[in-house]
Amino acid sequence: MSTFLGTRFTETPLARRKRRQETAAKWVFGAMAAAMIVPLLLIVGYLVRLAWPSLSLGFLLDVPVRGMKEGGIWPAFVGTIYLVFLSLAVSAPIGILAAVYLNEYAKDNWLNRIINLAVINLAGVPSIVHALFGLGAFVYAARFGYSIISASLTLAIMTLPVIIASTREALASVPRSFREACWNVGATRWQTIRSVVLPNAISGILTGVILQVSRAAGETAPIMFTGAVFFKAVQKGDLFPYGLHDQCMALSMHLYTLSTQVPGVRESIPYATAVVLLGAVLLVNAAAIAVRVYLRARKKW
Amino acid sequence: MTQQLTPAPADPGLAVRRMRRPVWAVVGERALETLIYLCGLSAIVFVLSIFFFVFKEAFPVLGHGKFSLREFLFSDQWYPTSEINKRYGVLAMIAGTCSVTALAMLLAVPFGLGAAIYVSEFCGPRLRETLKVVIELLAAIPSVVWGFVGLTVMSRLIVRYTGAPVGVNVLNGGVILALMSVPIIVSISEDALKAVPDSYREAGVALGATRWQLVWRVLLPAAKNGLLAAVLLGVGRAVGETMAVLMATGHAIHIPHSLLDSVRTLTANIAAELGEAPEGSDHYRVLFLTGVLLFTITFVVNLAADFFVRGLRRK
Repeated sequence: MSTFLGTRFTETPLARRKRRQETAAKWVFGAMAAAMIVPLLLIVGYLVRLAWPSLSLGFLLDVPVRGMKEGGIWPAFVGTIYLVFLSLAVSAPIGILAAVYLNEYAKDNWLNRIINLAVINLAGVPSIVHALFGLGAFVYAARFGYSIISASLTLAIMTLPVIIASTREALASVPRSFREACWNVGATRWQTIRSVVLPNAISGILTGVILQVSRAAGETAPIMFTGAVFFKAVQKGDLFPYGLHDQCMALSMHLYTLSTQVPGVRESIPYATAVVLLGAVLLVNAAAIAVRVYLRARKKW
Repeated sequence: MTQQLTPAPADPGLAVRRMRRPVWAVVGERALETLIYLCGLSAIVFVLSIFFFVFKEAFPVLGHGKFSLREFLFSDQWYPTSEINKRYGVLAMIAGTCSVTALAMLLAVPFGLGAAIYVSEFCGPRLRETLKVVIELLAAIPSVVWGFVGLTVMSRLIVRYTGAPVGVNVLNGGVILALMSVPIIVSISEDALKAVPDSYREAGVALGATRWQLVWRVLLPAAKNGLLAAVLLGVGRAVGETMAVLMATGHAIHIPHSLLDSVRTLTANIAAELGEAPEGSDHYRVLFLTGVLLFTITFVVNLAADFFVRGLRRK
């Protein structure tokens, strides 16, 4: 009996090798996952440390002075808010309705397949090509000139796939039985969508909208040639400094300009600008994740 | 369609109520559904109009006597502002894009696949959720911030540890692009691994395979199409990236010979010169033609990725 147990539980060389391989694989893959995260933390930490001398509320609310070498980032910050909300106003309705079409109306035919391909490709078009498109279509062909309108429309088209994809996922996660129940009491297709599908998918749609905001806030290339400028004189404390046909400053553009075009900037200022941009984008994203986690926990099906 | 599902109303009140539905509601609904249809088509319209407008601005230069497409693609002479000897060859920029993208993929593909395998097969549910959130945040970092990191942090590190005279070069751009394209590779590969049916895993475990053997012998072969799609989407992202490479690769227009050479990519070239090119000039049109080239490359890459993903789903 004891010999049986002994042979039963003694590790054979093969088993030992397997176990060693297993441990090694776990550590190697874990290290690879860590290699993705550690640089993120180091970089963010480094940026914050160098930005620290400039980081204050005053930095956010002040205007740049002395050829942008000192002062704050208020005009750029407001410009980014303008661009984000205008582009959101255009892309959210179109994107949500497009997702409703794709998920609720479209049958599985060639047209639907082409639309899917178009969405995928729209997401894959390089941002600089979007900039060329915005320049050709909005600035010149539509005669909007270099303006906030041109820049926001370019951003809107660029971020459309984000909203379409997440709205569509949200709509697809509403069980089909909900719709069938609604149809069976005599509601039409649109009535069903309005009163059953959309309310149940609102969290996913909201997530998509928030992700669009974060994406639009960070983009530089598409606005660089359609409406964003290096510098625009703005009074301190002016809440609505831009008109729709004005050019504007933007945070992402401001960071690019400060770090490559303006010599002799106080060192902490570009770092602080980077931290504000990064912080804003990550906060918005964290909000999207929080909304998702909260509503997933509350989901009843 | 819904009306056919309901039986003929035995109660006449039902029929009356249906008739009483106001005309504006019916018309409004029809109008709204048309609007939804049009929005559904909008993606096609936008993709076509992007191609149309970019091509429209580029087109006049193609019929130009002085411009040849062959020189555009196969010459490394780029002198767009020269007075006497204008040359529009983007070969050096193509080489720049290829070198940076290749280095980025060399780093990002193994790390991305490894991280995806870890997230999907080796770690517990809690850690998995945390890692996925981190990946999502990593994907959200704006490219101009990555460019700034390349320009400041990474270039200092490169100068210190390699002794290169300038820190903005292929190595810098490649590392930054790798960090940028890792999240997309991880999330798509993780989806691909998750799509492998659990019965495959159970069969493997029942035969006494360790998780490593399972990954190597079962999951990777089963998920290879999805993994290929993930790599292709990573390539697409790296080729199309603009701000990060504009700031991190330096601005030397020549074919690189080592990792520490500065290069300029196709995207960075457009971003750097579009502001100086007068509207309607040959220089301006050639930059748009570069845009057409980029659009075509990413279009093909994305189509290929979609093809592989679709193949996976059909199985």
